[in-house]
Amino acid sequence: MKPSRFEYVLPRSIEEAVAARVEYADTVVLSGGQSLVPTLNFRLSNPEAVIDLRLVPGLADVRVDGDWIHVGGRTRQRDLELDDAVHAANPLIRETLHHVAHPVIRNRGTVGGSIAHADPSAELPCLLLCLDGEVVAHGPGGARTIDAQDLFEFILSTTLEPDEILTEVRFPVLPERTGWCFTEFARRHGDFALAGVAATLTLAEDGTIAWGQLAACGVTTTPVRLVAVEDALLDGAADPSRIREIAQLAADVVTVPDDESCSSAYRRDLLVGLVERALRTSLQRATERATARTSREVTS
Amino acid sequence: MSRREAEQPEQADNAPPMVHTGARVRRNEDPRLLRGQGRYVDDIPLEGCVHGAFLRSTIARGRIVALDTTDAERVPGVLAVYTCDNIGGLDREMPLLIPHPCITHGRTQRPLARDDVYYVGQAIAFVVAVDRYVAEDAVSRISVDIEPLPVEVDMERAVEDGAPLVHPDVPGNIAASLVQHCGDADAAFERAEHHTKIRVQVDRSTGAPMECLATAARWDPVSGELVVWDGTQAPIGLRGALSSLFDLDEDKVRVIAPDVGGGFGPKIHFPYANEVLVPLAAMQLGRPVKYIEDRSENFVHMSHERTQIHEIELAATKDGEVIGLRDVFLHDTGSFIPYGIAVAQVASTAIAGPYRIPNIEVEFRCVYTPTVPVTPYRGCGRPQANFALERAMDQLAEELGIDRFEIRRRNLIADDEFPYKREGLIFADGLPVTYDSGQYGAALALLEKELDLPAFRAEQERARAEGRWLGLGLSFYVEGTGLGPYEGGRVRIHPITGKVYVNTGLTTQGQGHATSMAQLVADQLGVAVDDVIVVEGDTGVYDWGVATFASRAMVVSGSAIHKAAVKARERVLEIAANMLEVDPADIELKDGAAGVRGTATTIPLAAIATVSNPLRYAFNDAAQIATQFAPASKGDGPPLQGDSRPGIETEQFYSPPHATWAYGVHAAIVEVDPVSYDLQVKRYVIVHDCGKMINPMIVEGQIAGGVASGMGGAFYEKLEYEANGNLRNASFMEFLMPYATEVPHMEMHHLETPTPLNPIGAKGAGEAGTIPVAAVIASGIQDALAPEGIGPLWHVPLNPSVLHDAVREARSR
Ligand SMILES: Cc1cc2nc3c(=O)[nH]c(=O)nc-3n(C[C@H](O)[C@H](O)[C@H](O)COP(=O)(O)OP(=O)(O)OC[C@H]3O[C@@H](n4cnc5c(N)ncnc54)[C@H](O)[C@@H]3O)c2cc1C
Repeated sequence: MKPSRFEYVLPRSIEEAVAARVEYADTVVLSGGQSLVPTLNFRLSNPEAVIDLRLVPGLADVRVDGDWIHVGGRTRQRDLELDDAVHAANPLIRETLHHVAHPVIRNRGTVGGSIAHADPSAELPCLLLCLDGEVVAHGPGGARTIDAQDLFEFILSTTLEPDEILTEVRFPVLPERTGWCFTEFARRHGDFALAGVAATLTLAEDGTIAWGQLAACGVTTTPVRLVAVEDALLDGAADPSRIREIAQLAADVVTVPDDESCSSAYRRDLLVGLVERALRTSLQRATERATARTSREVTS
Repeated sequence: MSRREAEQPEQADNAPPMVHTGARVRRNEDPRLLRGQGRYVDDIPLEGCVHGAFLRSTIARGRIVALDTTDAERVPGVLAVYTCDNIGGLDREMPLLIPHPCITHGRTQRPLARDDVYYVGQAIAFVVAVDRYVAEDAVSRISVDIEPLPVEVDMERAVEDGAPLVHPDVPGNIAASLVQHCGDADAAFERAEHHTKIRVQVDRSTGAPMECLATAARWDPVSGELVVWDGTQAPIGLRGALSSLFDLDEDKVRVIAPDVGGGFGPKIHFPYANEVLVPLAAMQLGRPVKYIEDRSENFVHMSHERTQIHEIELAATKDGEVIGLRDVFLHDTGSFIPYGIAVAQVASTAIAGPYRIPNIEVEFRCVYTPTVPVTPYRGCGRPQANFALERAMDQLAEELGIDRFEIRRRNLIADDEFPYKREGLIFADGLPVTYDSGQYGAALALLEKELDLPAFRAEQERARAEGRWLGLGLSFYVEGTGLGPYEGGRVRIHPITGKVYVNTGLTTQGQGHATSMAQLVADQLGVAVDDVIVVEGDTGVYDWGVATFASRAMVVSGSAIHKAAVKARERVLEIAANMLEVDPADIELKDGAAGVRGTATTIPLAAIATVSNPLRYAFNDAAQIATQFAPASKGDGPPLQGDSRPGIETEQFYSPPHATWAYGVHAAIVEVDPVSYDLQVKRYVIVHDCGKMINPMIVEGQIAGGVASGMGGAFYEKLEYEANGNLRNASFMEFLMPYATEVPHMEMHHLETPTPLNPIGAKGAGEAGTIPVAAVIASGIQDALAPEGIGPLWHVPLNPSVLHDAVREARSR
């Protein structure tokens, strides 16, 4: 378990990093190394050069600005998790990060690394997709923005070009009257999920469900929006008594085939159960936030 | 209790008070290990050391049609590339360590494959290079062409006619088969009012020690000595193997097991390919060589265990008294059977557990499959036998409408029935199974009390009313421990420091020998536990003995060390009595000194040890002090008379008359989640009896570790072979060893029924925790899901998907 020979590149700017991406035929970007280093050691990946982002300035900056939370691509998962301003702006982020591996892994693993890696079981890509987030990529022609919807292509595969570097991840601030939930099931605490669900649920002024956004991980080749569930919530007729029924609509997104320790029937039922749980929790939190808000308005 | 077979304790009349023995003494080794000062094989600094890597087969069963190492040899930095063609006399089948007449077709592997490969992971070539990176580069340049042959990894199909053969000359893939009888099972089945028959399966697992296999070797051309550092449980055995394979005097081969990061059984097997090729390369290249196994290699190279399929049948009266047992099982031995039938034999002889069951017929076949070879792993067949028996007892209870506790109570061997012999069942020590002592009924009663069964039943009723799945499971196990043939113990008091040095032929992989063995000695000699230094695992220091396995260290080595300490005490008392000119009976050994009871006069042990050695030089204070007293021996003449020897050094051996049987009963209250079908263990209660506990804290550590690995076997850990013989989940990502978060909190209660078989009254504790867990968990989940009417859970490890599918299936009926 030793990697094959590679050039180690330590750029001081994003331009240098992109230039190295172009210069070598086959490169990988080293961010937190928590997924990359094992693949190098297993010689599953034998790149010509490894480009370490460690000294590129600005890549670990986090700021909340208006409707968006800007997270530098190399921000450690643990730093984002502990950021109180971020938590105030969108509490779903911290809740999701608690499910990513263990603290020691999050101390090293980065937000951009996880998203670029695009493991279909990973929580952060699922979060990004649920929230309609976006990423910024720098390539030889400059920067471009990619919507979460357009980013994830297949297992461990994104629409980032081989000469691009993911520099920023943007999550929207959670809207008003909105509840949230991340829930998953993994065989062992901290493992990749057999299925996981990220959800937000927004109430109309009258307290009825206006719309919901849901995404799941671990169930198909990419993180996936639960469109059928979202459509059913949009009906306007979605009242709490129908949550169980609506959750059933998630089952069909599961494409992971049976394997020795997890039947696909189980995974479908698991996903439905998690969606139900996520909707109930989101609804409860949305209601709490809406009432808290109203009472604040009343007192002021 | 009966002491009929007791070896007479060899203690003098003025036996010392047991201050340390039985106490929760903190471990001597921990400050070093916890501070990262442990020295494992990879930590041994060897100047100019070079590194090895293996080319391993990616095909389960096949013929090597071409093997070309030319490109690999050309890689700069490569020093040697070995295949079966250039390793001389090592190109031979390795020994079958424990032969048995029932092994009709014993096969063992060569260090490097010749012509054929038999499992994914088998070593084909060994590269030595300046570092591991270059060695791996070179491995990837070896070109090998293997023509795949048909395989059958399913053991039941492998024994059918026409199944592909692992070894072309082994019909039916059967390596060994054995039938054993105790009493008259046929008559019992004839007579019985009720029969219960079930089929159970336990799947394959691995010991997964934190430190994978590791070997380093240095050849010293000046002294002609080969020194080998090896992560093994059996350095003395490996020393013998190496001296025989390399035709070297035993004195010229020194095998050292330094700190070893967990053994759990697989490291009792030897020699692995690295254990012979690393020394070979060191001798040929004239440079130290190291091989440190990767985790991914460990999964496909180090021995596995566990796969067994039992068809077990109980013959009972309608009151639930089990009068007969038949068990027919298949045991998967992998592609070879280097350790003989040990696992199957232990399973077959443990099959009747703690119950009287006087009539037994047990039959097994050991089956070759094209997979990693199987040798003992913590539990060694007992978890499988326990799973078969205890699931059958639950089933019988259900069929007869008897409570699960009650049916067990009716069958347990009573206290006055010990020693309880199962004539005809021959245990792994070659002797009939004889349970030496126990209080089985008291153990079960204690468990029931601690569980508070009435409270649980009420809670279960409430839970069921709410639609929650809450259940209770239990399992009672016995464990034959402390096998012979023997171990030795040597005790020496150092004349300069007065510290006590202890040697034995074992190794430690974290069990705390340096403390528990020291406690025994500290009490005899009246010294502090951390002034007793236990050194083991180095054939250069002590080379009489067998190895660490079968929960035998405390029983066998502990007894030997105890006996040596008793002798050392006698010697100290005799010399001190001479020096102080009093009767030995008046002397008390305390705080590292000998004193006369009721007076303030004391002599430090160092002074006694100094005086006991008629040496000319006075190095230190101890020698000064010694001059103030009378001489060590009475009378005139030469200082050493008759058989006497200089110094205080004693050596004793202990050879158990037969295995000693520990036992225990575990129960768990579990809940299954209705969404994830995950398992939550709400309480895990243990009643455990390993005889006299020398250090209860260490015993509890052993139990806890055992339960952790038992949880793995119950719900998490399974090696998944694909139909083509590839191991699908050879990594910790997918082989789900439970984390601390998946291991339940354990409530432990002890009984201490001493064994009459050895002077310290101890039975083994190393494997106990593992044995009953799968049965406990399956029994508990079965109970929890009973309202759903699910089918029986007779196959472990279980997992959430299996439970989900069982509930769905029951609901669709
Ligand atoms: C024991 C363990 C458990 C884990 N459990 C989980 C879990 O439960 N859930 C989960 O989501 N993850 C889990 N992970 C993965 C962990 O979260 C990783 O940190 C993450 O997937 C990758 O992030 P990284 O910063 O370490 O990226 P790296 O390992 O450095 O890179 C990963 C990949 O992305 C590419 N890449 C990285 N950064 C960029 C960039 N800026 N631009 C373009 N490409 C880039 C790399 O080239 C590489 O191919 C676990 C990891 C371990 C070791």
